[in-house]
Amino acid sequence: MPGRLSVVDVERCVDCLLCAFACSRRFGEGGVARSAIAVRSVGGMERGFVVVVCRACSDPPCAAACPVGAIRKAGVGVRVDLEKCIGCGMCVQACPIGAVFWDEERGKPVICVHCGLCASFCPHGVLAFQEVAGG
Amino acid sequence: MDRGLARVLFVDLSRHRFWLEERPELFRDRLGGTGVGIELLHERCPKGVEPLAPENPIVFAVGPLTALFPLASKTVALFKSPHTGNLGESHCGGRSALAIRLAGYGAIVIQGRSELPVYLVITEAGVAFRDARALWGLSSSFTVGRIIREREGGAGLRTILRIGRAGENLVTYANVVAESYRHFGRLGLGAVLGSKNLKAVVIAGRGRIPVANRANYNRLYKELFDKAVGSELLKKYHDLGTPQNVRPLNAIGALPVRNLAAGRYVGEPPFTGEFLAERYLGRRLACAGCPVACIHLAALREPYPAEPYFYKTTFVSYDYEPIYSLGTMLGGEDPEGYLKLMDVVEHLGLDAMSCGVVLAWVTEAFQRGLVGERETGGLLPRWGHYPVYIEMVRRIAERQGEFYDLLAQGVDRAAQRYGGEEFALAFGGNEMAGYHTGPGAYLTLLSGARHSHLDSAGYSCDQQDLRAGRKRAPEELARTLFSEEARRQVLASLVICFFARGLYDLPTCGRCLSALGEPWDEEALLALGEDILRRKYEFKVREGFSLPALRIPKRISEIPTPLGPLTEGELRRGLAELERLLSPSQG
Repeated sequence: MPGRLSVVDVERCVDCLLCAFACSRRFGEGGVARSAIAVRSVGGMERGFVVVVCRACSDPPCAAACPVGAIRKAGVGVRVDLEKCIGCGMCVQACPIGAVFWDEERGKPVICVHCGLCASFCPHGVLAFQEVAGG
Repeated sequence: MDRGLARVLFVDLSRHRFWLEERPELFRDRLGGTGVGIELLHERCPKGVEPLAPENPIVFAVGPLTALFPLASKTVALFKSPHTGNLGESHCGGRSALAIRLAGYGAIVIQGRSELPVYLVITEAGVAFRDARALWGLSSSFTVGRIIREREGGAGLRTILRIGRAGENLVTYANVVAESYRHFGRLGLGAVLGSKNLKAVVIAGRGRIPVANRANYNRLYKELFDKAVGSELLKKYHDLGTPQNVRPLNAIGALPVRNLAAGRYVGEPPFTGEFLAERYLGRRLACAGCPVACIHLAALREPYPAEPYFYKTTFVSYDYEPIYSLGTMLGGEDPEGYLKLMDVVEHLGLDAMSCGVVLAWVTEAFQRGLVGERETGGLLPRWGHYPVYIEMVRRIAERQGEFYDLLAQGVDRAAQRYGGEEFALAFGGNEMAGYHTGPGAYLTLLSGARHSHLDSAGYSCDQQDLRAGRKRAPEELARTLFSEEARRQVLASLVICFFARGLYDLPTCGRCLSALGEPWDEEALLALGEDILRRKYEFKVREGFSLPALRIPKRISEIPTPLGPLTEGELRRGLAELERLLSPSQG
């Protein structure tokens, strides 16, 4: 069943970063080098956090900005064709919420594919993976 | 093994240079964290060095599990302590450990002394030395963090370690603050940074860590995550945090009150975890990589006295130990007074535990007439009177006059000058933790490598014995503490938070290492733990430490513990056994 990752209650976020680590574990590695989700503080940890991740736009600006058509809209979110991608970074510039991350080693974008793995490792109910009707 | 872990970054502040050394054997044989750190200290710390001299090294070390497994969230710092004049070791979470590992280092060694104040920016590319003259003298460690956060961009995971005024002024129990609410708290690392003209260290990284056996790794991660989230541990430390200990310790009479004039409050103590959570809890935080989120911030709303309907909200982190030292030890009745004092202590960058014990000694010494208004500069300390305590810690951080200059060096120094050693509650030179539970607690404080209650958790043995209605012979207790401290050396080498000690037994540690391609069995890990402990003891003896020469303040025998009255004789018997176990011939 296709689903969409949602940030349901950011006030519950404790900055444990388990979501970002889960994302990189998709590739069986530690760290956050290839994570498509990040947590940042809002001017000091006491003021809370923002969770930055693709919100699966209905008309994604990253796809529109790609000069070689490497980013196409999927059922939920987008998919990047890394073969086609020329690593120009236009998608990073285009995303107003900063949800296009960058794999420094490969020089390619990293965008959430809404697999929901991070939500299953969010211990405090910040993230949820919700089924999408019709896919 | 991930090759990044074996990289040791050396920084020479005197010449503003840095270089890398690859130390794969060191990390293979000693894992990381404290195991690697003590070896680097043996190598780099000259015998008999003055702790505030440029040659005293600061070693930061992380371990093979850092950034890979849940609750592997701590950085170990080793140095020679200006507070005890001997081995200094302090652990800190926040984002520090993950930032070091993802920047591509297993350890960072900082030596020398910069001519001008600097802060360091450490990334995968190396070290940048930044002018910190404009940051030196700022009244708050929080402001330092804010300025650096704005100035230093940088993607990835970042930690900002900094000192406050106390560190600049070389208060021997000055701490290093990370991410505003976490610390390298004990034994004066802040003063060592201050002595090097080092205001802050920023570390940022976003490297990836390859894993030998991906399927095993993912499975094991999930298993440990599920266990952690489903455990009592998470619930206990997440819901109320460490302050949940206040009520039970008070109930058994093990909560030090008014410089240990008593072991409990009559009735409910004013600072229980339950009360603070209900009235003040504003936010919880976690160290990076930890699902527990034990860090509790109180939201303190205060009116501005001169302006109607105008308030400020301050966030103050609270934990059991500061509640004990700045709350119950000072006979506090007023939670807001405690929170305000705690806030000032954080801004100045002082170790809250040593600070509270110092203030408690001052209050009693003042009552007994050992010191008077002439010494205190007109301040009149009395139990629970927070405005005076707040002014006193400001003077301590500034080392104002002879009296506050001595207080800035801890209770041992103050009592040597003014008397009152029998109620100067320090062990091995380090002010006590908040557990008057029985002989185990004090044997830990006396014999632990860093004179911390966490070294071997004797307070926990005491409480087990109390529940079981038994009392162990001192020698048996000593052996239990030795084994526990040895086991904790393994956790501190991997580096796992001690709150997760129930989750990471030695076989589990071995399985984690196997998934990373490092074969270690339980027996080998335990042998390593004992060896690390003996290496620490060796360092301490080299620097003049002697277990039999330790001072035991009379006060602890005057107030019965839940296990009955303590005698110095039983503690000495325990120490003799520990000395035997720690001697090199036992290894």
